[in-house]
Amino acid sequence: MKYRVLMGACLVAQALAQPTAQAADNASSAPASSVTATRYHAADAPSATPVIYLGHINPVMGQESYFHGIMNELEGRYAPGGTDFRWDGEAWYGSDYNKVWLKTEGTLERGRLHDGDHELLYSRSISPYFNLQGGVRTDLDDGPTRTWGAFGVQGLALYQFEVQATAYVSDRGRFAARLEGSYDFLLTNRLILQPQAEFNLYTKSDAGRQVGAGLSDVDAGLRLRYELWRKFAPYVAVTYSGYFTQARRIVHDQGGETGTVRFTMGIRSWF
Amino acid sequence: MFSSSRLRGGLTRRRFVTGMGAGGLLAALPHPARSASAVLPAGLIPAEPSATWDLRVGRTHIEIDHKALNAPCIGGTVPGPVLRWRQGDTVAVNVTNTLRHEDTSIHWHGIRLPSDMDGVPGLSFTGIKPGETFTYRFRLHQSGTYWYHSHSGMQEAQGLYGAVVIDPIHPDPNAWDRDYVILLSEWTDVSPMDMINNLKMQDDYYVFRQRTAASFPREAREAGSAAAALKDRLAWSRMRMAATDISDVTGIIYTYLLNGHAPDMNWSGLFRPGERVRLRFINGSSMTFFDIRIPGLEMLVVQADGNDVEPVSVDEFRIGVAETYDVIVQPKDDRAYTVFAQSEDRTGFARGTLAPRAGMAGPVPPMDPRPVRTMIDMGMGDMKPGESMQDMEMPGRSMAGMDMHGMDMSHMHHTMPPIEVDDPGPPPINVENQNVAMMPVDRLGSPGDGLEHNGRRVLNYKQLRATRPGADPRPPSREIILHLTGNMERYIWGFNGRKFSESGPIHLKKGERVRFTLINDTMMEHPIHLHGLWSELENGQGDFRPYKHTLISQPGSRMSYLVTADVPGMWAYHCHLMLHMDLGMFRTVIVE
Repeated sequence: MKYRVLMGACLVAQALAQPTAQAADNASSAPASSVTATRYHAADAPSATPVIYLGHINPVMGQESYFHGIMNELEGRYAPGGTDFRWDGEAWYGSDYNKVWLKTEGTLERGRLHDGDHELLYSRSISPYFNLQGGVRTDLDDGPTRTWGAFGVQGLALYQFEVQATAYVSDRGRFAARLEGSYDFLLTNRLILQPQAEFNLYTKSDAGRQVGAGLSDVDAGLRLRYELWRKFAPYVAVTYSGYFTQARRIVHDQGGETGTVRFTMGIRSWF
Repeated sequence: MFSSSRLRGGLTRRRFVTGMGAGGLLAALPHPARSASAVLPAGLIPAEPSATWDLRVGRTHIEIDHKALNAPCIGGTVPGPVLRWRQGDTVAVNVTNTLRHEDTSIHWHGIRLPSDMDGVPGLSFTGIKPGETFTYRFRLHQSGTYWYHSHSGMQEAQGLYGAVVIDPIHPDPNAWDRDYVILLSEWTDVSPMDMINNLKMQDDYYVFRQRTAASFPREAREAGSAAAALKDRLAWSRMRMAATDISDVTGIIYTYLLNGHAPDMNWSGLFRPGERVRLRFINGSSMTFFDIRIPGLEMLVVQADGNDVEPVSVDEFRIGVAETYDVIVQPKDDRAYTVFAQSEDRTGFARGTLAPRAGMAGPVPPMDPRPVRTMIDMGMGDMKPGESMQDMEMPGRSMAGMDMHGMDMSHMHHTMPPIEVDDPGPPPINVENQNVAMMPVDRLGSPGDGLEHNGRRVLNYKQLRATRPGADPRPPSREIILHLTGNMERYIWGFNGRKFSESGPIHLKKGERVRFTLINDTMMEHPIHLHGLWSELENGQGDFRPYKHTLISQPGSRMSYLVTADVPGMWAYHCHLMLHMDLGMFRTVIVE
C-alpha cells in the first residue's frame, strides 16, 4: 500500500512537472526515502549549456512527430428493416508529448446521419499510459448542430483496458460526459475478441438530438476480428445500441427503436 | 605449439576455390552485384594484413530470401569486406561516399582511437558527404576481432557493416588451423523508419508469440494449475506489460543471416577432421540477440570483444548486439556440423555449416521454447507473481541493501577512500518510464533469459577472466549510477527516465577512473556500448576483469564496470539496439 501511495504521488508529481525538470524533481521527491542521506544527482542531468554538436548534427532522433489513424469501427449493422452503417475512428499527429487528436463517429440509419460526433483535441502525455485531452466537440449530422468544449483523459488502464473519459460543456451551459472502454482478448495471436462499450450522459434533455438527461444512450459491441495483417482486420460482431431513461421516452415518442441488437460485419484498420 | 600466425592464412583464397569447387563458390557468392576488385568468399579472412584500405559506400540492389532492398553497403556486398589489420600499424582507410543524397560514416566498433576518427557524425566529425572521401587514420594499440558499421541514419540496419580482424604483435596464445569470421545479422525489406512508426502505434506489432486463450492449457500445465497460470497472467496484465515481450522486432520480418547467407543458403566453412577451427562470432544485427551452439561440438571461448580470456568450454553462448566472441572448435568426425544461432525470441535462426567437404549439410536442431519474462526481469528480485508489495523497501533503500549482498565484493577493499557518487535516485514513473526495479539483482552469473537450466553448459559473464591483469590498477574515484529506463507502450527509451533530447552530457575528467553502475529498470536486455574507452566488467575476477566494449545489461539487474577516461573527446554511449538508441537511449560522454 505504501508503495502504491508513493507511486500515485509520483505520478501526480510527474504529471505536473515539465519533462526537462525531472532531475530536479527526483531530488525533491527524495525525502520520501529518509534513509538516503546523499543528495541525488544524475550524471546526465540536463545542462544549462547545451552541447554543440559538430555540424549541428544531432546524433539520434527521438523528437520526431508521427502520424497515425485508426478506424476502430467501420461496419454494417444488419436488420430486416434496413442496415445501419457506422464508423468510429481517430487520428493524431505529433510528438511523444504533444499531439493534435481528431475523433469522429457517426451512424447512417435509413439514409439519415445521426450520432455524428467530431472532436478536435490537443493531447498531452501525462503518465506512462495516459493522455490529457482538451478541445472542441461538434455534433454534426442531420440533426441540429451542437458545439461543446471537451476535456478528458485517454489511455491504458490497469489490466490493459483501453479507456476514454471525457466531460463536455456546451455553449448553452449544459454538461455531458462520455465513457468508453474496450479490451482485447487474444484467442490466438491473430483472432481477437473485443468487448467494447460507450456510455453517454447529459444533464439536460435535448429532444432534437434524441438526448435525455441522465444516462442517455449506450453503444456496445462484441467484435471478433482476425488480423490478416496488423493493420487490416475484418470482423464479425454483435452490436447493441439503446436509449435509456428520458432519451428512451423521447425516441419512443418519435417512433424510433429504443434498443436493438444487430448482427454486424466490419473492418478495423489503421495506418 | 604451431606458430598460429603462419597458419592463420591456412585457407587462402586459391585453396578455397579449388577446395570447394564452382558450386561451393557460387553458394558463397549470394549477391548479383559485386565490385570488380577481388572479393573473398564470405567469412574468409584476407591472407595478409594490410595497412591501407579503400572502401566505397554505395547502394546495391540485393535480394535475400525474396526480400529485395537497395542496401547501403561497401563494395556491393552485405556484409562488407573483412578488414585484416596488424597491431602496432597505423592504418589508413579511405572511405568514399558514392551515395547520391545521403551522408555516410564508418564507426570502428571497439577500436581505441582518437575521437575524431571514431566515425560518429556530430561527435567525431561531420560525416562523409556524397562524393567525398574521408581518410580514417589511426594507430592500432590492440588486437582481436572487431567490426565496423555506419553511424549515419539507419544504414547499419540495412547492410553497412563488416568484420575487422587485427593480428597481435605477440604470438597468439591460441593455436588453430583454420580461421573464419561468423558475422550474424538480420535482413528485411521493411525500413527501420517504418519499424519505429509501427512500434510507436503498437508496441507488440511484430510479436505473434503472445499468451492467448489457445496457449492457456499449456501454461496451466507448466505452472501446475490453471489458477497459477491465471494469476501470473493477471499480474502481467495489471502491470500493462507482456511476459512474452522478448524482442521488439522479430523473425516475422527478419531473415537471420550468417555471413550474409540466409539459412537455406547454408554458408559453409571447411575443415579436415581433427583440425582446430577458430570461429570469430560477431553480432552485427541491429535488434537481435543470438544464442549460438554447434551440436556435437564443444566450443572453447578464448576471446570476448577482441580481448583474450582464459579459455572456457561451453556448449552454448548468448551474443548481444555488437558483442564479439572467438571460439575454437575441434571437429573430429568426418561429418557436417551445424552452426546454429537462434534468435533470443526463437522466431528464427541463422545457420551455417562446418563440413569436411563442400555441399554438405548437418542436421538443423529444432528451436528451443521462447523465453518468458519473470518477476526477476521486472526488477522484483525473487518475488513471486502476485506477491504483496506491502512489505517492500523503498527503491533507494533496497538498492543500498543490494550493495551488501547482491554485488561482487571483490572491489570493496579497493574503495577505502569515499568516492564521489552520481546517484540519480530511483527513476520517476513518467511518460518515458513505466517501471522501477525495486530489487535489482546481480545477474552476471546467469546466461540470460531462456538459457537457464536448459541442460547445456551456457556461458555467463562471471566466467570471463582476462588473461592478464588490467592496465589501470587504480580504484575508481567516482561512481556514476545510471538507470536504464523506457516505456514500451509509447516506445520511448532512455536513461534515468529521460530520453537523449532531455538530457545533458556525462562529463569525465581526462585520466579519471570511474565506476559505471547500470540498473536496468526495463524488462529487456540492453547491450550498452561506450565508444573509445574500455569497459572493465566487475564480475568477481579480481584484477583480471574482462575488457569489453559492449555489455549486456540484463533486465532487472544491477551491474558495474570500470572505465579509465584516457582519451579526450566526445564519445557516444548508448544501447546498441538501434531503435532504442535512436529513440533516446543515448548519451554523449565528454572526456576533457
